[in-house]
Amino acid sequence: MHPPQPSPVQPPLGRFHGGIRLPDEKALSNGRPVGPAPLPSVLTIPLRQHIGAPARPIVGVGERVLKGQTIAAPNGYVSAAVHASSSGTVVAIENRPIPHPSGLGGPCILIETDGEDAWARLPEPLTHYEALDPGLVRERIRWAGVVGMGGGAFPTSVKLTPSPHNPVRTLIVNGTECEPYITCDDRLMRERADAVVAGARIIFHLLGAEECLIGIEHNKPEAIESLGLAVADSDLEDRTRIVAVPSIYPSGSEKQLIRMLKGLEVPSHGIPAQVGVVCQNVATAAAVADAVLEGKPSLSRYVTVTGRGIRTPQNLEARVGTAASELITHCGGYSRPIRRLVLGGPMMGMTLGSDQAPITKTAGCLLALTPEEAPDPGPALACIRCGDCAAVCPVSLLPQQLYWHARAGDLDKVQDYNLFDCIECGCCAHVCPSHIPLVQYYRHAKTESWAREQARRQAEHARNRYAARLAREHERSGAPRERGSPREKPAAAAGNPTMDLAAMQAAIAAARERAAAKRAARAGNGRAEAAPKAGTEPHEDRGHPARTRNPGSEGPDHGTVRED
Amino acid sequence: MLIAIAAVAGLAALLGLLLGYSAIPGRTESERLAGRVENLLPQTQCGQCGYPGCGSYAEAMVKEEAEINRCPPGGEAVVRALARLLAKEPIPIEQGAWKPKAVAVIDAADCIGCTLCLRACPVDAIIGAAKQLHGILASECTGCELCLTACPMDCIHMISAGVEAASWSWPSPEAARLVAA
Repeated sequence: MHPPQPSPVQPPLGRFHGGIRLPDEKALSNGRPVGPAPLPSVLTIPLRQHIGAPARPIVGVGERVLKGQTIAAPNGYVSAAVHASSSGTVVAIENRPIPHPSGLGGPCILIETDGEDAWARLPEPLTHYEALDPGLVRERIRWAGVVGMGGGAFPTSVKLTPSPHNPVRTLIVNGTECEPYITCDDRLMRERADAVVAGARIIFHLLGAEECLIGIEHNKPEAIESLGLAVADSDLEDRTRIVAVPSIYPSGSEKQLIRMLKGLEVPSHGIPAQVGVVCQNVATAAAVADAVLEGKPSLSRYVTVTGRGIRTPQNLEARVGTAASELITHCGGYSRPIRRLVLGGPMMGMTLGSDQAPITKTAGCLLALTPEEAPDPGPALACIRCGDCAAVCPVSLLPQQLYWHARAGDLDKVQDYNLFDCIECGCCAHVCPSHIPLVQYYRHAKTESWAREQARRQAEHARNRYAARLAREHERSGAPRERGSPREKPAAAAGNPTMDLAAMQAAIAAARERAAAKRAARAGNGRAEAAPKAGTEPHEDRGHPARTRNPGSEGPDHGTVRED
Repeated sequence: MLIAIAAVAGLAALLGLLLGYSAIPGRTESERLAGRVENLLPQTQCGQCGYPGCGSYAEAMVKEEAEINRCPPGGEAVVRALARLLAKEPIPIEQGAWKPKAVAVIDAADCIGCTLCLRACPVDAIIGAAKQLHGILASECTGCELCLTACPMDCIHMISAGVEAASWSWPSPEAARLVAA
């Protein structure tokens, strides 16, 4: 028997517009094997680690949970389950710091671990998945809560359900990892190449694809070799090609990678499936393999802890919910004062306001940047219209035009310039000689556009409901609602014509007396008592409603739980 | 014979359709404009403008009966948009002030079930029956505050929606730049 030959490596088919070459800084952390991160005493597991609706908690405070147990179920089709990443007791379900650019908290389940790390009963491995209904396999991946681990965080089971209109020909497995510093996918491909290929095979089967392309930047020769061996070992060999792509940032972006590997352009506002391609990150493929072949949910991931501010940069296998500070401590702590702690890479990552934020399924890198690594760019200067930004834009947009219109707050104009095709890679801001924070302008314009769109939808909804109410009133009274402000006429008169106004007011007065008596009995311990509004007419105050509030009723004596 | 029947039937259908369409009254120019004006309004239906709903206020503006500055929930943004559409100068809002979006909540302990708020609510966001505890559907509430004045027990208050990570908006660097300057 001769030793297996790695499958041949091929050059890319095309290239994308622009892009920049960056010092890769990967040598800081890619030399050490992945070590296990310590089990933290408290796990803070966010309910929203994916695109779509936050998961719905299905455990209660005080309940004992086991490792791998589902603690929050997907809440809708585009949502993902969340599991306990170790055994212990649920101590709280509340808002905690989460990795989010706003620095705001989000709902999390807090588990105090018991150190036993005892597994829950896991479902049977589906080793014979090819003989099963693909729906069953997708259901398993959905149960496991697998999401796009390259940072997209889109629920994988949804992405693996091809639409009949867009049959998928090509599966692209994304191992490019183009951001500087990050090496978690590199280490994963070196250490778990078999799992990556096994996962790719499952995804390939579910999509009914015809070919599988694995794109890896050529600065990772070890990963290329180990994946080549794993592919040669599998029965995918004749349909799989490994492509070494040049290290030009952002080669790892989905649409840019498709451009390089297939020479195809994903349409504006479109998805890769429209050109017959589905792209999956290598870590997602490994998570799919764990879910299907071992019945294990998505509980942990490889995290690169790096940057010159870290004493021993390395990759760790961290449980979802481990605080960033625990991983940093495990890597020897900070070696010097840092300028900022980034989750993700230096180009697209988000600055963490607090190192207490937990690791999520998509958190691939913790980057402690020193002042030398991330110098303060200084105040932004005026745009000199040099056009460098347009030359490097990998989506061939016009960053300068986007900047002017975003700055002016013209949300229609920025969309005319295809703002929503911007992948926020940061190339334009990186080359800008005036240090203009271009990406932040685009993000602002994007979120403002979404907010405006949502306000428009809500307004439309309210208008329809108001129209329905008017139509109903018209039908009942036989006459259109009379002109004049609703604020200036008693609401009682507009209502039920069969009930006498005086009788109704008498009934209300009686009810109020009863309520006041009840309240007096309740407020026995001398706290401020909420007095009903003086006068019997509900409309003696015609000013702004906020001013008609009786200060006496604002005391905390209601004994009710408020939802704030 | 058959051809004749088909021809007459076809003609009848054609004329019927023609008659049917001509019976639909066409929208006049000012109605169309009122529709566009109404699209700019926030549809809170709060009546702070002095008109029973956003639609009536839009009509009044088109007829030049009302100024464009009577919509506090829309704030300055709506005044600017109205000014652009109606070719007028933006003017400051005179009564009321813009407030962040809030929804009404009923204090369960004090509600006597009088149904007055139900009738005041322009979008049917309040559910209840006589002498039963009423409840407000937060997803339907426009924050118009009409129920606050209607309530004889003063047991409805507004809770501001607050900022969540999901609805958070990136701040504009422009604002930061201006503050620094």
